[in-house]
Amino acid sequence: MIESSIKSSVEFWRWEEYNRIMPGKKWTSKDLITAGVDVGSVGSKAAIMVNGEAYSWGITRTGSNSPESAKKVLDWALRDTGLKVSDLKYIVGTGYGRVNVPMANKAITEIACHAKGANYIWGSSVRTVLDVGGQDIKAIRSDETGRVVSFLMNDKCAAGTGRGMEVFADLLKIPIEDIGGISLKVDEEPPPVSCTCVAFAKTEAMGLLRKGWSKEKVLAAYTRAMAVRMANLINRVGLEKELVITGGQSKNIGIVSRIEVILGVKCLPMPNWRENGLDPMVAGAFGAALFAKALYEKAQKP
Amino acid sequence: MITVGMDLGTQRVKAVVLKDGAVMSRGQAFSGFDPTDAAEQAVEEALKQVHLQKADVAYFVATGSAIEMAPYANSTVSMMSADARAGIYLFQNARTIIDVGAEEARAVKCDENGVMVDFVVNERCAAGAGTFIEAMARALEVKLEEIGPLSLKAERASPINASCVIFGESDVVSLIHRQESKPEIARAVFDAMADRISSMVHRIGVNPEVIVVGGVAKDVGFIASLNRKLGLNVLIPDYPDYAGALGAALIATSRAKEVQK
Amino acid sequence: MLKPCTKRRKNPRAEDEIIITHYGYSDGSGEYYITIDTDKCDGCGKCVKQCPQSALRLETIFIDLEDKIVASVTDDQRKKIKYTCGPCKPESYNTPCVLACESKAINCTWKTQ
Repeated sequence: MIESSIKSSVEFWRWEEYNRIMPGKKWTSKDLITAGVDVGSVGSKAAIMVNGEAYSWGITRTGSNSPESAKKVLDWALRDTGLKVSDLKYIVGTGYGRVNVPMANKAITEIACHAKGANYIWGSSVRTVLDVGGQDIKAIRSDETGRVVSFLMNDKCAAGTGRGMEVFADLLKIPIEDIGGISLKVDEEPPPVSCTCVAFAKTEAMGLLRKGWSKEKVLAAYTRAMAVRMANLINRVGLEKELVITGGQSKNIGIVSRIEVILGVKCLPMPNWRENGLDPMVAGAFGAALFAKALYEKAQKP
Repeated sequence: MITVGMDLGTQRVKAVVLKDGAVMSRGQAFSGFDPTDAAEQAVEEALKQVHLQKADVAYFVATGSAIEMAPYANSTVSMMSADARAGIYLFQNARTIIDVGAEEARAVKCDENGVMVDFVVNERCAAGAGTFIEAMARALEVKLEEIGPLSLKAERASPINASCVIFGESDVVSLIHRQESKPEIARAVFDAMADRISSMVHRIGVNPEVIVVGGVAKDVGFIASLNRKLGLNVLIPDYPDYAGALGAALIATSRAKEVQK
Repeated sequence: MLKPCTKRRKNPRAEDEIIITHYGYSDGSGEYYITIDTDKCDGCGKCVKQCPQSALRLETIFIDLEDKIVASVTDDQRKKIKYTCGPCKPESYNTPCVLACESKAINCTWKTQ
């Protein structure tokens, strides 16, 4: 597991570890209770579903040991629910690479789980998902049931990933949670930087600063270039409304607004997960738990 | 006949002066914000060493990434052709030339006459170019000229990401946190470079002799990893960073003769 | 050992049903992808045999609640695909793997900046 990077004293993608039980939801022993466990490179998530409806979930940091991270986050999701692991009729594991979720009955790719989960969270109108993680970017086209139609994953190049944006925030000495807003503080949108490569874009940015460009203008130019890149990835799998952006960059309004302008679509809004809504970070685990339900039901048929 | 080749690289401009096809002198200057000015300086430095002036030069050829900014040039040539030409001049049996610069890398396949037959380029991506090593040296807090010798002290290395400078940097920091020794981390950096360069070279085929030029060829750590990865010993000329300029100068000599006919 | 899936799926859907996986990347220098439609792929392995770089392999994936054997690009070639596929001239789209596939499941997308 790659540890998350370091030098920023403020971790933007910092999210609190937490667990949540959906208010007003209950379970009985007659219900079909399934779970999904998604062990990512930075965060682990687990979701418990009762008859295919979200009941509880937990999010923790992934440690250096993937099976232990899986166990820990599942325990978090079960906290205060009265449920035990043995009450779970079927568990699907998913996550980064060939991850190991020891208690899972089946492992399914994170792409399939993410698409299914996005469909659950936003509804059947979702057709295109852009997931920008700390170290990769995924573009997914799905159908009305959340079945994947086309996808690609970019983990070769840091441009546009959380890590790439952090490098720029460090360079311009802007707190990472502000880079979205600051990139929009320009009277006129400058042309994008010509280098997609973060390492070269840094040098280009330093040149622009020397030429007298303001930090806001440089950031706008860079953010524009990154938004163009992400729009291209979306076009590669084919854009179909509705579009949803998940992952760390979903919080970067500089990126989101530019993608919307470039593609000519408005993204669906984030659910209010801080209060009663579903947390998009848990999309993969929700999808996994839904697959768990389907697989359990399939196994019951003669 | 005096001819001059200029290689306008992203970091430095190199110039080589030939007299009747033999190397007389070399000059260089940092490209900075004004490659044209840097080229003029590099040429002047080289000419001064042999008490010559611009007017004494029969033919100038320019090459390099900032080729369109070259002063004095009578004509230009691609880096690939310049590398191929220089390769044969430096080593008669050279058939594969790997040129690793600050921001670009390329591999050229040539025939016995120094004519380029095939090539592959890595550009617009810092991985697999000198920038990769510079960034890792910074992350490791080691001077650029020290990271090579440091890596030779290691017997093994944990793999790090070779496809991207930014991801590689994160991996280096991870290894530092895991308290791996600096020599081993340094070796990991060069193994990653060698992996990337080797993938690129296989695209055109590894035909001996393989020679390595460009600024990065001077790095012993890189060469050691590359030899291991390719499974052979590459040849490195003296002044490998001047190979492009040398090739351009040799081509200048040929073209000048053509013009004189 | 699972046999290649030659049956149609139990509930056939519209003819343009696809699941396209893009293996490769886009970076500053361009976009390079080998695409495999895992719906159309029947796991015959012909493309795997034809690839001169051994960049393809068969793997078991889980689609529509079933295990299925399909072709994919190997993990260690995925991020080097620009160089790996170079000799086969993917710009022409007539690479050995594409020509070998009777189901038209495999394709390439190549764009240099």
